[in-house]
Amino acid sequence: MILNNERWRLNVGLAEMLKGGVIMDVINAEQAVIAERAGACAVMALERVPSDIRKEGGVARMSPVRIIREIKAAVNIPVMAKARIGHFTEAQVLEALEVDYIDESEVLTPADEEHHIDKKQFKTAFVCGARNLGEALRRIAEGAAMIRTKGEAGSGNIVEAVRHIRTIIKEMRHLTILGKEELVHEAKILGAPLDLVEWVAANGRLPVPNFSAGGIATPADAALVMQLGAEAVFVGSGIFKSSDPEARAKAIVKAATYYKDPVKLLEASEDLGMAMPGLEISKLPPEELMQTRGW
Amino acid sequence: MSATRKKLVGVLALQGDFEAHQRALETAGADTLQVRTTEDLDRVDALVIPGGESTTMLKLLVYMDLLEPLRSFAEAKPVFGTCAGAILLATEVTHPSQESLQAIDMTVERNGYGRQIDSRVVMLPFQGGELEAVFIRAPIIRRTGPGVTVLAEYQGTPVLIEQGRHMAATFHPELTGDSRVHALFLSKL
Repeated sequence: MILNNERWRLNVGLAEMLKGGVIMDVINAEQAVIAERAGACAVMALERVPSDIRKEGGVARMSPVRIIREIKAAVNIPVMAKARIGHFTEAQVLEALEVDYIDESEVLTPADEEHHIDKKQFKTAFVCGARNLGEALRRIAEGAAMIRTKGEAGSGNIVEAVRHIRTIIKEMRHLTILGKEELVHEAKILGAPLDLVEWVAANGRLPVPNFSAGGIATPADAALVMQLGAEAVFVGSGIFKSSDPEARAKAIVKAATYYKDPVKLLEASEDLGMAMPGLEISKLPPEELMQTRGW
Repeated sequence: MSATRKKLVGVLALQGDFEAHQRALETAGADTLQVRTTEDLDRVDALVIPGGESTTMLKLLVYMDLLEPLRSFAEAKPVFGTCAGAILLATEVTHPSQESLQAIDMTVERNGYGRQIDSRVVMLPFQGGELEAVFIRAPIIRRTGPGVTVLAEYQGTPVLIEQGRHMAATFHPELTGDSRVHALFLSKL
């Protein structure tokens, strides 16, 4: 069972070190250096940020190897990179490249519409997206050492991130008041392994850090999902699609630390220039939603 | 420890696994406070600097003008740093060089064992028995000054040390559920 797997524990340990921090999407070494300088606790290497993937269309794949190498050489903080859902050979390449974390991500075009990667076959840590508790626990059972709620990547709109973190927190709270025999039924409804359902019922939280992603564009957005229960944030298009990326990156880092302190949040929110343009989720055709990729 | 009042131990909560340290300290018998401002720092009897990203913590210490208050705190009260915290306490940091609190006379090399794939769990001889040590992108202590006592070693280099009232570990005693290392720190208060 995953909870006794030593490699998984070490990878959960690395996720613990990222708590209270901001993981920033970067598309080249120059952006990675700006992110590190601003106080990012890790960077996510990718070919195009989600808002550009959305705009340009086409198949979105793992980043070119050269870009990941350059980013690794440019910064000291952990480097993550995205693989397509179910594309276990992209993950093998990323493991051979020795990235610190692999994001099996719905932002890229899925390679397999039925199966996620069997993450227990890897030494490298994995993070996966989830919209609800069942999805989070299925990914953990497969070996994910960190969960991030999906939100809607590249939208600049926090509404889906809020929906997903609230859903997971509410579903976990519900488990804590159920009896043993009710948990078996609940595991069936959630479509999740009973041992993990029992662990959540006993502890009231996920057995891995629970971060938030998909739509964070301002310091107040970051603080919002953290006050709702997220333990760190991923910011994708929100930084490098804004008018002053370095100032915004610093401000979001500050907001992730002082998420409960309104005076410090106010300071972080001053003089930031324009946020990225946002999209109304209800105006997006269903086939353009990224959050519904994976299950 | 005083019978009338538990000691209040601060855990620097800018970024990192500060909640895991709070759990370990509370198991070892202390009350804890998350420290994010100088006002928080003024309230506590001792401070733990947790694991996390030392680059990130250092940036936040600089933005928030906390570096000097922390240096003054360390001149008067006990501080225990793990992993990133150990890096911040050192007199000298390498790979790359970065600013630090200069509280413990040692040279620390960042990411001394390599990347996450080189992270490991090992058993170390400690206090006549064994201690489970979790190393995550851990630094290596390359030099210690004459005032430093080595409490545990791994592969010939110190991994748990003390100097007067301060302690540092390159691994994560907060991640194992064994609170003996935290109890040792509380005995200094």
